[in-house]
Amino acid sequence: MSDHIPNSAIQNNQRDTLASVDAAAVEVRGLDKHFETASGIVNALEGITLTVAADEFVSLIGPSGCGKSTLMRLIADLDTPSAGELTVFGKTATQARLDQDYGIAFQQAGLLPWRTVAANVALPLELHGVASAARRTRVADLLHMVGLTEFADRYPDQLSGGMQQRVAIARSLAEQPRLLLMDEPFGALDEMTREKMQTDLVRIAADTGAAVVFVTHSIPEAVFLSDRVVVMSPRPGQISDIVPMRLGAAAGREDRTDDLREDGAFFEMVTEVREALHGGAADQLGLEARSARGVDSR
Amino acid sequence: MTARPRLVGGFVWGLAGVLLIALLWEGYKFFGPADGVSIGELRVLPRTSDLAMPHLWDMMARLVEPVTRADDALPLWAVVALAALTTLGIAAAGWAVSVVVGIGFALLMQRWRLAEFGLLPWIVISQTVPLIAFAPVVKSWGSRVEIGSFEWQDWMSVALIASYLAFFPITVGALKGLQSPDRIHVELFETYASGYWATLIRLRFPAAVPYLLPALRLGAANAVIGAVVAEVSTGLQGGIGRLLIQFAGQASGDPAKAWAPIFGAIVLGLVAAGSVALLGVILKDYRRTEETA
Repeated sequence: MSDHIPNSAIQNNQRDTLASVDAAAVEVRGLDKHFETASGIVNALEGITLTVAADEFVSLIGPSGCGKSTLMRLIADLDTPSAGELTVFGKTATQARLDQDYGIAFQQAGLLPWRTVAANVALPLELHGVASAARRTRVADLLHMVGLTEFADRYPDQLSGGMQQRVAIARSLAEQPRLLLMDEPFGALDEMTREKMQTDLVRIAADTGAAVVFVTHSIPEAVFLSDRVVVMSPRPGQISDIVPMRLGAAAGREDRTDDLREDGAFFEMVTEVREALHGGAADQLGLEARSARGVDSR
Repeated sequence: MTARPRLVGGFVWGLAGVLLIALLWEGYKFFGPADGVSIGELRVLPRTSDLAMPHLWDMMARLVEPVTRADDALPLWAVVALAALTTLGIAAAGWAVSVVVGIGFALLMQRWRLAEFGLLPWIVISQTVPLIAFAPVVKSWGSRVEIGSFEWQDWMSVALIASYLAFFPITVGALKGLQSPDRIHVELFETYASGYWATLIRLRFPAAVPYLLPALRLGAANAVIGAVVAEVSTGLQGGIGRLLIQFAGQASGDPAKAWAPIFGAIVLGLVAAGSVALLGVILKDYRRTEETA
């Protein structure tokens, strides 16, 4: 599979056996997911094994149909695996969802159009019975964090796409989750906004110390944000490589500023991920040629 | 900013429409053949006599005259207005029942697909039964209902029939609305481990508002029609339906008078639909979409 041995994963496995308090954020072992469609069974994921440490930022990257979003949905308990083991903080995915152990952000902001920005951020708190005074302070803090304090009383349709996405991220952080699941949250944004949001996210993740599982199809984005980049290949969806990011001085999340984007180490890592990705992609081309008349798995 | 000109514009167009109808009426009355237009035996356009088509100004003038020649008679408009208010009250009661029943059905059908398959065809079929067929049945059943000190009143039969006509659009609209939330929103609530009721109150109902408002308005118009027709077919006194029949009977001697309750019914429908439109103004934040302005 990989010649890069994920050190943190090994450490985590050892810690796992000691106490479940120290459990890895996400622990996936031999996971399969099949979808039954009209044209037959689609193997969305096959033999996925991955550990995300409790304070680790992991990106899932790969071409369309490689199952990266499916994997995230399984972790979020929005789908159930066909086979294999999946635990979140040592619990089943369902229990973790019920315990509200993760916050989630999707490709679309998914704000409720009839609620103001503040009320959207307050939604999870409201649903879980946080008292209104505590709610107000928390929402004010979150909006400050994403720089939208003066937009608290606006409605989503009065905001730009980037602002909406920031509101969605504030919402996903509302309950100080130990795990953040993000499915291409910046996919629909322009490059400028995107870079700003990435810098913000790195800072926020550093501040909160949360683990992050981040789905993306942008190599620079994955490199800039992550401690490790998980490279996936499609048909069936598999992990083809796991690349740890060695970014020299900027290894700590606090140090990841815009300067990093022009750093030599950054480009080296981009190249490494690209090669890992294209190694998989070459296989995929061969597969596609052989099953040229096969159905699209999406 | 643009709301005011649009409001004025709407008002002007509305007035122009009324004026156009008035012009058509008087124009045909002036230029049309005295005996109307017939194709074979069938008369397709009415006679233009004052009996069949009174002048509009005669109708208006009649409104301010007393309803009968008795000394203490109220002016015609006041009698029509009182009757219209009575009918409005009955229609409102029927509408309220239909809102409860319609949303109740929609909730059942949204929660259980099986209920949708089982109920929806019957709800559609229910609307094919002609109102006048079962109006007398409802009345005669109602007259036998007596629970303790509660006694079924005749107006309740009328309200029930009105609700029968009104619940259909409300059911269909509410169902569509409750089913309308995007998958992303439904899944978001799932990730919050939000239960059925919390999701209903915070997601499904708010999302249903844009579908519910036109349905409620249609329901209001249907309730008015249902109430008027039911008044006629159950013979209930005091409402506009009764006046329609009564004054139509006097039309040979007093043709302009027969038109008064028709105007009353039109105003009644406008008031009913307008009240629901007011509801839409209150709920305007729920009609927003997520798209960027």
